Amino acid sequence: MSAGEGSLAARAQDAVSGEVSGDAPASAARRLSRRLPRLGISRTLALALALPLAAALGWEAAVAAGLAQGRLLPPPSRVLATFADLQARGELVLHVATTLWRVLVGFGLGAGAGLLLGALCGASRPARETLDPTLQALRAIPSIAWVPLFILWLGIFEASKVALIAVGVFFPVYLGVCDAIRSIDRKLLEVSRVFRLSRVETARRILVPAVLPETITALRSGLGLGFMFVVAAEFMGASEGLGYLLVDGQQMGKPDQILAAIVAFALLGKACDLVLVAATRPLVAWQDVARDRL
Amino acid sequence: MLAIERLSKTYADGKRALAEVDLDVRRGEIVAIVGGSGCGKTTLMRLLAGLDRPSAGTIAIDGEPVRDPHPKIGVVFQEPRLLPWLDVARNVGFGLSRLPAAERAARVADALARVGLSEHAERLPRDLSGGQQQRVAIARAFAAGPEVLLLDEPFSALDAFTRADLHAHLLSLWKATGLTIVIVTHDVAEAVMLADRVIVMRPDPGRIHDEIEVLLARPRERASPGVEAVSRTLYAALDEARRPAARESEQEPAGLWW
Repeated sequence: MSAGEGSLAARAQDAVSGEVSGDAPASAARRLSRRLPRLGISRTLALALALPLAAALGWEAAVAAGLAQGRLLPPPSRVLATFADLQARGELVLHVATTLWRVLVGFGLGAGAGLLLGALCGASRPARETLDPTLQALRAIPSIAWVPLFILWLGIFEASKVALIAVGVFFPVYLGVCDAIRSIDRKLLEVSRVFRLSRVETARRILVPAVLPETITALRSGLGLGFMFVVAAEFMGASEGLGYLLVDGQQMGKPDQILAAIVAFALLGKACDLVLVAATRPLVAWQDVARDRL
Repeated sequence: MLAIERLSKTYADGKRALAEVDLDVRRGEIVAIVGGSGCGKTTLMRLLAGLDRPSAGTIAIDGEPVRDPHPKIGVVFQEPRLLPWLDVARNVGFGLSRLPAAERAARVADALARVGLSEHAERLPRDLSGGQQQRVAIARAFAAGPEVLLLDEPFSALDAFTRADLHAHLLSLWKATGLTIVIVTHDVAEAVMLADRVIVMRPDPGRIHDEIEVLLARPRERASPGVEAVSRTLYAALDEARRPAARESEQEPAGLWW
């Protein structure tokens, strides 16, 4: 009996009896079907990790065997040692927390403004015709170009960094929300008209749920850009943060510290994305698509 | 109860979709509107539903004019148009948000029972078949307590067996509640099986060509002589509705030539 048949049989059994029965093959099938999802996830995880792990171990072995120097590209063991060292000096938490704080505050401001203006421009034609051309023109400016101005306006400390990140996050969120609202299915809006819902009720009961999936995608790309811009922001002068570790590593000739910061960025970015996806998954569980990515 | 007088609709691009349509629908009647594509069936339906405004003429239900969606008129579209994020019961209760929760639940349960979907109340639309989704759409329109149910080619995307099943559901709903039903269809068999009266429409511009009373007792058998006779009459009327228009368009160049 294949796994699929097993779970089907178990479900059929559940439907018929409505309770756990003592029937041995059926309960075994049920146990199997319950264990399957977990196996599925660990298999995905193993596949996802195979390539980076193989590369890391291969490089480690190459350096250990003397085939490569590993001075400019230190092996994983040295990067791990750097992590341990930073942790021992209490710096790791400081740098990670600083960067995370900047990203989250910038993301909050940028995403909030993006949601607000995106909703406004998506829902109201006059607002779109007034605001959108200007916003599109501003979008055409490479965000880094704002840096000198932000420093003049807001100083070289946190405010200018957060502002840069917020600008980076704003545009994908604004575009995503505005497009999502404009491309909403006219047919669903007619359903709301047939039942004579008010504008506010239509927005709450049809518009918001319908645009949620695209909004979440927009927030995810916004968050990704937030991490991009935090590096730029920390390059322009910071005394702490993962970006500072990068600059410091370059100036002091410590490639292991650079790599440690890069790895930390990868883990932090992925973790934030996972949290965002997990937090919003219940809202979009109704979608008729395969969302079985990790 | 539904009075349509000299109803015309000309779209902004100048296309005359409907011209001078007069029709009275009696209480408790099933009226089928048939015709080829482009004869204004869907336009007529959208005007009756209050989704579009007529260019001229009036629609009234029990004397009240219909210019916007009217509470006495329920609509079932060609597609189910369920909200994918709501389960079946919440979809059926979509138009009942003004009612207290207890009454809403009772109405939803009643409507679901009438279309035979009580046991599917907690499923999401994506887990239902096309026929089941359309039954949910009928339950949703019915739950709001309309007196007239408009159906715009509601079964055209379904296979023959599912369609016959849905006809049975619709007829039992009609029999139990005395609803007035207006159904647009391009399926002659469907019109003959369901309707008391069939309105045949013709195109360019859309208008009523003929009206055929179906005086057959229910339940009707698809292969009975009575049904076949009415079907033949109906096919003849549909042919006729198409032909004069074709001749007119052939004659026009000749007229210009002279």
